[in-house]
Amino acid sequence: MSDSFTGYTPANLLQLVSPDGARVASDTADPWLEDVSAADLVGLYQDMVVVRRIDTEATALQRQGELGLWPPLLGQEAAQVGSARALRPDDFVFTSYRENAVAWCRGVSLTDIVRVWRGNAQSGWDPYSVGMAAPAIIIGAQTLHATGWALGAKFDGTDSVAVAYFGDGATSEGDVSEALVFAASFQAPVVFFCQNNQWAISEPVGLQSRANLVDRALGFGIPGIRVDGNDVLAVLAATRIALDRARTGGGPTFIEAVTYRMGPHTTADDPTRYRPAAELEEWKAKDPILRVERLLDWGGLLTAELVAQTTGLADAAAAELRAGCIGLADPEPLTVFDHVFATPNATLDRQRTEYAHYLASFETTGGNA
Amino acid sequence: MTMTAMTRPTASAPLGQTTGAGGDAREPVAAPRTPEPLETTTTLTMAKAINAGLRQAMLDDPKVVLLGEDIGLLGGVFRVTQDLLAEFGARRVIDTPLAESAIIGTAVGLAYRGYRPVCEIQFDGFIFPGFDQIVSQVAKLHYRSQGRVSMPITIRVPFGGGIGAAEHHSESPEAYFTHTSGLRVVAVSNPQDAYGLIRQAIASDDPVLYFEPKRRYHVKGEVSPELGQPMERAAIVAAGTDVTLLCYGALVTTARDAALAASDEGVSVEVIDLRSLSPVDYETIEASVRKTGRLVITHEAARSGGLGGEIAAVITERCFDYLEAAPVRVTGFDIPYPAAKLESHHLPDLDRILDGVDRALGRRR
Repeated sequence: MSDSFTGYTPANLLQLVSPDGARVASDTADPWLEDVSAADLVGLYQDMVVVRRIDTEATALQRQGELGLWPPLLGQEAAQVGSARALRPDDFVFTSYRENAVAWCRGVSLTDIVRVWRGNAQSGWDPYSVGMAAPAIIIGAQTLHATGWALGAKFDGTDSVAVAYFGDGATSEGDVSEALVFAASFQAPVVFFCQNNQWAISEPVGLQSRANLVDRALGFGIPGIRVDGNDVLAVLAATRIALDRARTGGGPTFIEAVTYRMGPHTTADDPTRYRPAAELEEWKAKDPILRVERLLDWGGLLTAELVAQTTGLADAAAAELRAGCIGLADPEPLTVFDHVFATPNATLDRQRTEYAHYLASFETTGGNA
Repeated sequence: MTMTAMTRPTASAPLGQTTGAGGDAREPVAAPRTPEPLETTTTLTMAKAINAGLRQAMLDDPKVVLLGEDIGLLGGVFRVTQDLLAEFGARRVIDTPLAESAIIGTAVGLAYRGYRPVCEIQFDGFIFPGFDQIVSQVAKLHYRSQGRVSMPITIRVPFGGGIGAAEHHSESPEAYFTHTSGLRVVAVSNPQDAYGLIRQAIASDDPVLYFEPKRRYHVKGEVSPELGQPMERAAIVAAGTDVTLLCYGALVTTARDAALAASDEGVSVEVIDLRSLSPVDYETIEASVRKTGRLVITHEAARSGGLGGEIAAVITERCFDYLEAAPVRVTGFDIPYPAAKLESHHLPDLDRILDGVDRALGRRR
């Protein structure tokens, strides 16, 4: 549980709000937040509360048998909201499967967020309508997709940026190293946003790396920022710095957002088998939402009205999520053949026809087959 | 990792550059030849035919970009992309770092953005570091996204043996990809098909594995600027009535020679060049087998789990009443690709194919 084991050394961490809610001045980061108003801060706070409520509701839906699986983001709200709220609509994000708060910020509907986890589809939304790719379950694969998209954006002469979201476990995958090589070589406008939540299922980050993850970037010729991932303002600032570098031809940036997965890997996981309880308690004290509440309270913004309004937003989102989830009808059997190919395929068409005949044989015999 | 010293000459490009953004800093060091446009029927090698097809595809669609190792200044270790860098620039002919997974994975991202990438895998045996991106991403994204994201990616792979190469330079990995749904797989056998199919592959909205038989790269043939018959159709390259002989890639030439030899003994062999390995044009094969009643399938790839077994099963299912004998496979053995001095024992040749024809005719067991 020691910091040295998890690779966590506080020394070089960008932090703008301390765990007790105090604003920490930073000459390098503060200029990137000059336009952030009190209303913006409230907006970030409300996003975080809503996505935590979504998380709780989805976990409940899994326990009730309405979802097959759910990967909670509990504890990572600031890392995801702070980074995603820095993006423009024309940017494009390539994520893993835990980026439900990123999906929320990109405007993915709540029903679409759970479509995958109910087993109705393998991706829930139209990537082009929200600027967010189909989630990648193969660990780290999406970092290459982000790099390729960014290369295309550069060729097209735009200043749009690709953002790759991945975790500490993914940094051991070859694809992530290859993505860093390609992004550096071509100076692709891509942000590598690594959420170091300290755990890859049961494996601590110390098993993936003896050095801080961000230190790897330098070896690829990519600048890195190590940011307190539970500090939404610091994450917002770090992401803005990286996006600006990418938009202005400065190439890729690697951000290590140091955070903590307070829940299980998925609803199928049992972290008590591998994770010391004291560690969880230590991180609960650094809770990202608690921290924003304290910051708002310092500024006199955390009024009873705001809390009530935020709770209302969260409850409404939860209700919408539940209704949308339960309202999802099972897909039609023959859609199993849909979209394997974009063009006609005789072999597959034959299998579809054969299976359609097979299914139809039960209908015509009225269940007496 | 790319062990190509046996086949590649020394590059004349300046080495050791440490500045510049990837291909941007690398411009031709020698005056390029201006390629002749393919406007009329011309005699070309297969390598030149593919080059002409790539060039036409790039002229037709500005979203076509090439990615691969050594494809720029060098023009590829087989010169298939020769002079394309000079004509289209470093943003469309991209020399990549040596990472096959990244070549495929960045192509996925480019396809997401509306590009039509053409990846060159330098040698058949080097495709495996990119295997995950091909089978888990390229092949599945259209399905996974319910048709919202297309993957019009062409992956060019020099394949097959017979050139006396080092290990990992002579493999036939096509069955891994024909077993993967979501991919189209083609193998070309002559310059005309090489030209027409590379253009069709690039224009396809589905991902296509395009296998180039490297020992036929320098065989010449007439090439017209036509697309030819559709990519998914097989071609009857020699008509016959006694035995149907299926082949693809480099073995098409061998199979035609075998058919010629068989005709001397009064055996009429119908040779079918599959062209498309996925989907297989069963309509053409079925029509032939209903006529001949006998089927021989030959490929360089290992027998077990290979394409020959699948085709034999399908034809047995669909043409059982027409078959006079069990289908016969003449293939590479179930061994790792052997050392160069042994490869002639592994590769099906004219005599082994004739032996297979004899077995299909019941003349040998």
